[in-house]
Amino acid sequence: MIVKQLAIVSGKGGTGKTTLSASFAHLAKNALMVDCDVDAPNLHIILKPEVNKTFEYFGSKKAFIDFDKCTNCGICASVCRFEAIDFEQNQYRVKEYACEGCNACVIACPVNAISLKKTLNGKYFESTCETGYMAHALLNPGEETSGGLISEVRKLSLEIAYSKKIELIIIDGAPGIGCPATSSIVGAKYVIVVSEPTKSGLHDLVRIVETIKHFKIPHGIVINKFDINDEQTKEIEKYAQEENLEIIGKIPFDKTVVEATKQAKPIIEYDCKSAFAVKDIFEKTIQKLNLSPQS
Amino acid sequence: MIIAILSGKGGTGKTTVSTNLAYVLDKKGHSVKLIDLDAEEPNAHLFFDIDYSEHIDVDVKIPKVDNAKCTHCGDCAKACQFSAIVVSSKSTLVFAHLCHACGACLLACKYNALEEIPKNIGKISLGSANGIDFVKSQMNIGEPSAVRIIRQAKKYTNKNKINILDCPPGVSCPTVESIQMADFCVLVTEPTPFGLHDLKLAVDLTRQFGLKIGIVINRYDNKLIELESYLEENNIPLLLKIPYDIKIAQSYSKGKLFSKEIPQYENMFVELYNKILEIVQ
Repeated sequence: MIVKQLAIVSGKGGTGKTTLSASFAHLAKNALMVDCDVDAPNLHIILKPEVNKTFEYFGSKKAFIDFDKCTNCGICASVCRFEAIDFEQNQYRVKEYACEGCNACVIACPVNAISLKKTLNGKYFESTCETGYMAHALLNPGEETSGGLISEVRKLSLEIAYSKKIELIIIDGAPGIGCPATSSIVGAKYVIVVSEPTKSGLHDLVRIVETIKHFKIPHGIVINKFDINDEQTKEIEKYAQEENLEIIGKIPFDKTVVEATKQAKPIIEYDCKSAFAVKDIFEKTIQKLNLSPQS
Repeated sequence: MIIAILSGKGGTGKTTVSTNLAYVLDKKGHSVKLIDLDAEEPNAHLFFDIDYSEHIDVDVKIPKVDNAKCTHCGDCAKACQFSAIVVSSKSTLVFAHLCHACGACLLACKYNALEEIPKNIGKISLGSANGIDFVKSQMNIGEPSAVRIIRQAKKYTNKNKINILDCPPGVSCPTVESIQMADFCVLVTEPTPFGLHDLKLAVDLTRQFGLKIGIVINRYDNKLIELESYLEENNIPLLLKIPYDIKIAQSYSKGKLFSKEIPQYENMFVELYNKILEIVQ
């Protein structure tokens, strides 16, 4: 059996990744849903999963100074490139949020007063919801290594997919273009980039498309709320044409989406123009993935 | 004073609040500095005509192996926490994309066989945004982390000015780096369950660092009871409600400042600043 992974990303936050993902969950019948926005996850608000298994994520190590051994020579602070060690209250101390656990201070300390210790950075979950299985996570606020936690969630999702014989994984991706975003798309067969017709939307679209190209994954664009600014929609279409990118679909601005979000319901449960557009985008996406028609 | 604008959830209006607040305060005669710290997807520059005066490269140092000196002892690979060095009996390889540029391998090498070469990861641009001091941070496409660029960009805050920091979304390392040193954090949210969920995470984050906070609700149409009761129970001041107005959305989409386009909205940012001032003092 081949498991196919579809990733939905955006570069800019708030363009509608989760709105689209939640509807896809309902349209797909038995797809495994994965929320890769581990910083600020939202998909569970609509899909309301019941957690079956919880895993702890020890992603990063941090430096700890043994104050009994420390002579306050300051060598650790001088070798740290993350400005993570400061002299405060008569003692060199590690600022945990800035420490990357790189080991440099451990090696440099002449009296072996520093060691690396694993820290709990978050949790991840195997769950079931109305639409089937779901893998999701929550990073502890202020932690680093969200990319590492995303990789764990992705691994878990593949395990579930193979053991439960699920053909399609749908990934609600992380915003931005850094490690969390790239960790959301590696290994995907197709990537949907959700954009909006604003100056910021186009600017960020170009940066995420350039990032996806590094991974050589086929991708297409969805323009959300396309009718709020015709001129900017044309700009996106022009960019897509120049870059030879397909616009998979355009979703109109629709007050029903706001209402659906407030009710924590997927938009396709409503009889409205944006729901029709989403259904159409879903059909086209299924063809891209060479899956047999659902329903 | 340093005011950080953050949100947890993306797309709630951080840049809208940052740019309009900067514009209005400058117009009212304050000395303002606007710093865009969302180095992955910077947007604040789109709302001004920027006259750039300087671009500063942000480089990190990554190791390079001197094969004449290397004995393939493997100490560098053992020291590296990021699996960025692989040593075999014949070769020592550095994987630049995994390297955190921490220098641990150099400290571990007994044979002085590693030197460092610069690698560019982004840039900081300084300029003037219609008279407002402006700093933009931008990460190169393909880089994994913006934290070091943010750390550099933050150093351009000016004690004698009102510094407005447009922060990245989320609640992990880039955001944490951005809000250090802030005198006040403005948390921008929207009246939806998504907005509230992520707002709570952002509040937890700011509380960890003992920062003073206040809330702006963007696209306010009608009450989200859960949001208002959350703010009340946790004693979090609500500073401003920006109404749900299609004209605001349209002005944003065109890269315009709505407080300039729709003058009746100008005063809300003066009031926002006054409320911040009251809390900080």
